Amino acid sequence: MVETMSGIPLDPTYGDGLQPGEYPYTRGLYPTGYRSKLWTMRMFAGFGTATDTNARFHALLRAGGTGLSTAFDMPTLMGRDSDHEWSVGEVGRAGVAVDTLADMEDLFAGIKLDKVTTSMTINGPAAILMAMYVAVAEQGGVHRADLGGTIQNDILKEYQAQKEYIFPPRPSVRLVTDLIRFTTAEMPRWHPVSISGYHIREAGSTAAQELAFTLANGFAYVEAAIAAGLNVDDFAPRLSFFFNAHSDFFEEIGKFRAARRIWATWMKDRYGATNAKSLMCRFHTQTAGVSLTAQQPENNIARVALQALSAVMGGTQSLHTDSFDEALALPTEKAARIALRTQQIVAHETGTASVVDPLGGSHFVEWMTDEMERQANEIFDHIDQIGRGSMLEGVYAGIDDGYFVGEIADAAYRFEREVNAGRRIIVGVNEFTENDDDEANLLSIGHATEEMQIKRLDQIRGDRNDDAVRASLTALVEAAGQPDINLMPSIIDAVQTYATEGEIVAALESVFGTYVETAMV
Amino acid sequence: MSETPGISPLSADDQGPLRVVLAKLGFDGHDRGLKVVARTLRDAGMEVIYLGLRQTTDSIVAACEQEDADVIGLSMHNAGHLTLAPRMVQAVEEAGLGVPVVIGGIVPAEDVTVLIEAGVAAVLGPGASTEEVVAAVRAAVAHQSPAR
Repeated sequence: MVETMSGIPLDPTYGDGLQPGEYPYTRGLYPTGYRSKLWTMRMFAGFGTATDTNARFHALLRAGGTGLSTAFDMPTLMGRDSDHEWSVGEVGRAGVAVDTLADMEDLFAGIKLDKVTTSMTINGPAAILMAMYVAVAEQGGVHRADLGGTIQNDILKEYQAQKEYIFPPRPSVRLVTDLIRFTTAEMPRWHPVSISGYHIREAGSTAAQELAFTLANGFAYVEAAIAAGLNVDDFAPRLSFFFNAHSDFFEEIGKFRAARRIWATWMKDRYGATNAKSLMCRFHTQTAGVSLTAQQPENNIARVALQALSAVMGGTQSLHTDSFDEALALPTEKAARIALRTQQIVAHETGTASVVDPLGGSHFVEWMTDEMERQANEIFDHIDQIGRGSMLEGVYAGIDDGYFVGEIADAAYRFEREVNAGRRIIVGVNEFTENDDDEANLLSIGHATEEMQIKRLDQIRGDRNDDAVRASLTALVEAAGQPDINLMPSIIDAVQTYATEGEIVAALESVFGTYVETAMV
Repeated sequence: MSETPGISPLSADDQGPLRVVLAKLGFDGHDRGLKVVARTLRDAGMEVIYLGLRQTTDSIVAACEQEDADVIGLSMHNAGHLTLAPRMVQAVEEAGLGVPVVIGGIVPAEDVTVLIEAGVAAVLGPGASTEEVVAAVRAAVAHQSPAR
């Protein structure tokens, strides 16, 4: 029996008509919502060398965590080795540095990979990091079929927003579909793509653009996987999403509800999915980093709490809450703890988790949900039109002609002008300001990591069998030249010879080319 | 223009609008702020040469020479400012350009002093207003070459 603080008994849901757990899932994916399973409080971590992050992972697991979430550093995200000329100052700084399989061995040393689930936030080189994870597991006697987790592997939003691309869009999407095919056949517990609106919103889009661009990218991957020969119901149940929780409370809740409705209807009507799991838009949410202010930083604790509440009222499956000091640096341990405690307060003190879709039936929230869907449909029409009836081609066309980056830059500039003109108030920034802003204690990371990592990379290069490395890279180049061959087996072979991430990327670039963005304001 | 009344885009002796090269160095892909600054400076009447992402100190110096730039604006969000900003200043000096370097982005207060000592003309943090951005660019140019 669930009761309010004052002892009033509560049903799992209220209202007539559409119920949570019923198609098209506007009111939630499951009839009992958070009563049967609270959202996962998945906090993102990664810094320094693999050994440093491994210690953090063990601490998290000892504290009762069951899921790991890995942040990689910029060189790793960009597919370059720690001794690349642009890596100076970036190694181990915003995440963990991984150059070879040896780093991945250290990263997961002593962790039972069949018992935990792991999330890896990586896109351009996702196939390489996935291959390393499989190789580490199998060294330890865990079969790939028993691995559970998620890899972000959403390359399309990189061209639109986050800009961590390596190869041009089409060969990159081939790598995404190769990974979808590989996990569908061999890793049934793995989520091969986390289709992400988070970065689109952070780059400045509106809520409706975040919603529409993200779902359009999702439709594009569905079309690419079907074109690669898969049946929609074989892979769609393993697709998941990642949204932003920004500051406009009801707009965000409308966005989350509309996302579920649109995904379900499109998957059923346009792509012919029949498995209910293929129709369900499961999503992770992170509070809006861009909303955090450097001025009066403690105010961010309140912002994050309200954003987290909107994600929970919107029915998120998992949540990361930002730390209040992140407008200025990576979070300190104390700030990260307050962020986690904020989720725990929402979960256990507010009663929000007692009733599914508590705002369903509100005139305003239902209207906002419809309005989000209407605006998203206008954007889908445009993408479908420029793709001549294909959402995949439409997304490629929108990347080529600057549609996505242009729309996002327009929205960002409009917002900035509103703030600047005082039409939109940001507390502590353009109103209620103080001259004596206290600066928070900030985390700083030294240079020792970089030296250690480069020394380790040199050592691995010296110890390995160079002939085996060369042979594996030659085989990979050959496979990459044949579009119908799945590249995952060749990439797994290459990482097992301790070929570096940078070497594997360079081999693929020799066939795929390198993407250079047209600079556009 | 309407957003920045009262700020003249022209230098005191009317040598034409200021020419600003805007870029990001290395891997850092956060270009939201830089694009907003590009439009802000353009609306204030300046000529913006937008190089965008993945530039090197060499490519920026080359653009400055080719475009006869008055000022360089660099955006930094990856905590690499202490390494990269002084390198940019040095590259400009070595090329004998005499062009000031203005940094925008995520720079903790204690690092601002270090950057200024390293020869950076100004550092603009999160939340800087249109007026502050335009004023900092103009002041950097005026300080570098009072004739302009």
